Amino acid sequence: MNHSPASRNSQENTPPPRILTLQIDGQDLSGRADETILEIARQNKIHIPTLCRLDGLSGHGGCRLCLVEISGQNRPVPACLTYPQEGMVISTASQRLQDYRRKILELLFSERNHVCAVCVSNGHCELQELAVELGLSHVRYEYLHPRLEVDGSHARFIRDPNRCVLCLRCVRVCAEVEGAHTWDVMGRGISSRVITDLNQAWGSSQSCTACGKCVQVCPTGALSEKGTSVAEMIKHRHFLPQLLAMRTNRRE
Amino acid sequence: MGQQFVIEPVSRIEGHGKITITLDEQGKVADARLHVTQLRGFEKFCAGRPYTEMVALVERICGICPISHSLASARACDTIMGIRVPEAAAKLRQLLNCGEFIQSHALSFFYLSSPDLLLGMDSDPDNRNIFGVLQENPAFAQDGIRLRKIGQQVIEGFAGKRIHPSWVVPGGVNQPLSPEHRDQLLSLLPQGLEIIKRSLDFCKQSMDRYQGEIATFANFPSSFLGLVDEQGKLAHVEGKLRFIDGQGEIVADQVDPARYQEYIGEAVEKDSYLKSPYYKPLGYPEGIYRVGPAARLNVCNGITTPLAHQEWTEFRRQDQGPLLSSFYNHQARLIEILYCLETLERLLRDPDILSPRVRALGQANFPEGIGVVEAPRGTLFHHYQVDDNGLMTWANLIVATGNNNLAMNRGLLQVARHYLTGPKLTDAVINRLQAVIRAFDPCLSCSTHSLRSDGPAIQVLANDGQVLDCA
Repeated sequence: MNHSPASRNSQENTPPPRILTLQIDGQDLSGRADETILEIARQNKIHIPTLCRLDGLSGHGGCRLCLVEISGQNRPVPACLTYPQEGMVISTASQRLQDYRRKILELLFSERNHVCAVCVSNGHCELQELAVELGLSHVRYEYLHPRLEVDGSHARFIRDPNRCVLCLRCVRVCAEVEGAHTWDVMGRGISSRVITDLNQAWGSSQSCTACGKCVQVCPTGALSEKGTSVAEMIKHRHFLPQLLAMRTNRRE
Repeated sequence: MGQQFVIEPVSRIEGHGKITITLDEQGKVADARLHVTQLRGFEKFCAGRPYTEMVALVERICGICPISHSLASARACDTIMGIRVPEAAAKLRQLLNCGEFIQSHALSFFYLSSPDLLLGMDSDPDNRNIFGVLQENPAFAQDGIRLRKIGQQVIEGFAGKRIHPSWVVPGGVNQPLSPEHRDQLLSLLPQGLEIIKRSLDFCKQSMDRYQGEIATFANFPSSFLGLVDEQGKLAHVEGKLRFIDGQGEIVADQVDPARYQEYIGEAVEKDSYLKSPYYKPLGYPEGIYRVGPAARLNVCNGITTPLAHQEWTEFRRQDQGPLLSSFYNHQARLIEILYCLETLERLLRDPDILSPRVRALGQANFPEGIGVVEAPRGTLFHHYQVDDNGLMTWANLIVATGNNNLAMNRGLLQVARHYLTGPKLTDAVINRLQAVIRAFDPCLSCSTHSLRSDGPAIQVLANDGQVLDCA
């Protein structure tokens, strides 16, 4: 491995991060100032549910499932984007937070079409696993069931916007890791749609390299491999930390 | 003034339907009809979905015969892909189907129809159900429950789940059979064979008690349709279409199921969500034909397994030519269970059955696919069209029960004319009207779904539409 003098100097010149003390769910902990509350919680085996978060991709804060309460603030904050401060007292599992999380899931389920029984990702879906974990027994909101067109134009993959939860992992992995930025978002709020290039058929995209990273990071059956039948789409995400580690090593 | 009766809901069948009987001005039965009051809409809402999802989607048509839908669907998808299914996978699909036939026929015979057969058509209606059977003859009822369980265990043994499994896929199945599961499945068969032999003896003995019902339960000449193999023997999963006429003459044989539209037309009636298929060369409604267990035993030249073949010979000896009464469906179901148990025994001992090569991969290479199998209730057609990306553009399903629609109506008319002698519905009439429908074992939820609870299920109507009586 090449260690250039410049990179060694830059590492040596960076001041070490401050170590802060804080409390999460009654436990006295310490953590680095440049790590998020979510990272510190995970290091200490405190589980906070997440959906849009994926290690190796930038934080997005879109799903709001990792909301936590900070003593002295009435408004919950996303643990994936919030950094600790000295003496912070954090709660991750209050009744209010659990209610909010279930409501968020209910809204996600009602917004599109998530009929697990006939989905390619049945049994291997993060949305489904969260519903089980958070004890979601039914959805109180009216199902919208929009009829969104399935895009089967790509030779290897299928995009089914009916199963999309707008976590934007596909957008982030394509732009940040593959560097193609084929995916992006169109519209606002409930009308938001993930699109390829200029809202064109995936198969006609000039920028897509057909690498399949987006498919593997997608938490639901919204992106899948062509030819898979129900419950057969098992996503493999181990490539992402491996790929990033190899790139980091190469840079060093 | 004419009158009309309505019977709703029809009990001890799968799904929701009602019967109307119209009387003419002299008070005689002018017409009798079965109305299917549900709409499912699968043909429409599957459009736009990838064809690879179809097997799982159409399984949801039914909780009793999802395997049949999955097999017809997978066969249609195989054609869209243009692939040849590995031999082991074809055998495994056939064996899965055997499990379904065992459980579905056991449900129909023991749970739904045996109260009529064991307790009598005129017994107390409050007791005329599976609980009544349990009281009257517990060993017989337990046989039925056990046999159905064996069918369900066979399905679970192959597919991992009893209802709505996702094992059958376009191109084959997605897991080979393990030696452990093979041995476990083989261990279920001896008890199944004992039960079915006892049940067949019971059924044959009780046929004499039901001469009146045999004579009137849809006992009329009609065409019959079923799948047969290359030798004309009974086939359930892979076969060619054979039509015979009411005298037993073969009128079309070894017809590639992909050509079904040349032989079968579909008429739509305004008072039912169930389509009325007919044999095209004879036109509508003369082209009435029947499918199902008795129809299959009528069209075939025999059965490939020895014990079932012997039963088939006895079965056919009960009359010259095809057995016309739909009452014989009960006996035919038991013979088919025997055939399935024997087939399981034979194919599970085939060394190729454990082959790991169970799936052919491919993409949508052709725009159209047709898959036809025999479901417990009769011939089942799945016909799909896809676009260049493999997304469904169109589907046509002719579900087993639909094939029998015209025959069920005519059977109702026959029973109504024989048993309904005045403007009042008696229990004897109500039960026999429902029993003739039950003999076909229709699955109305399969055939067309909106659960309706408004109004009664058998109605007698005047010819001006006035309800005179209902049950």
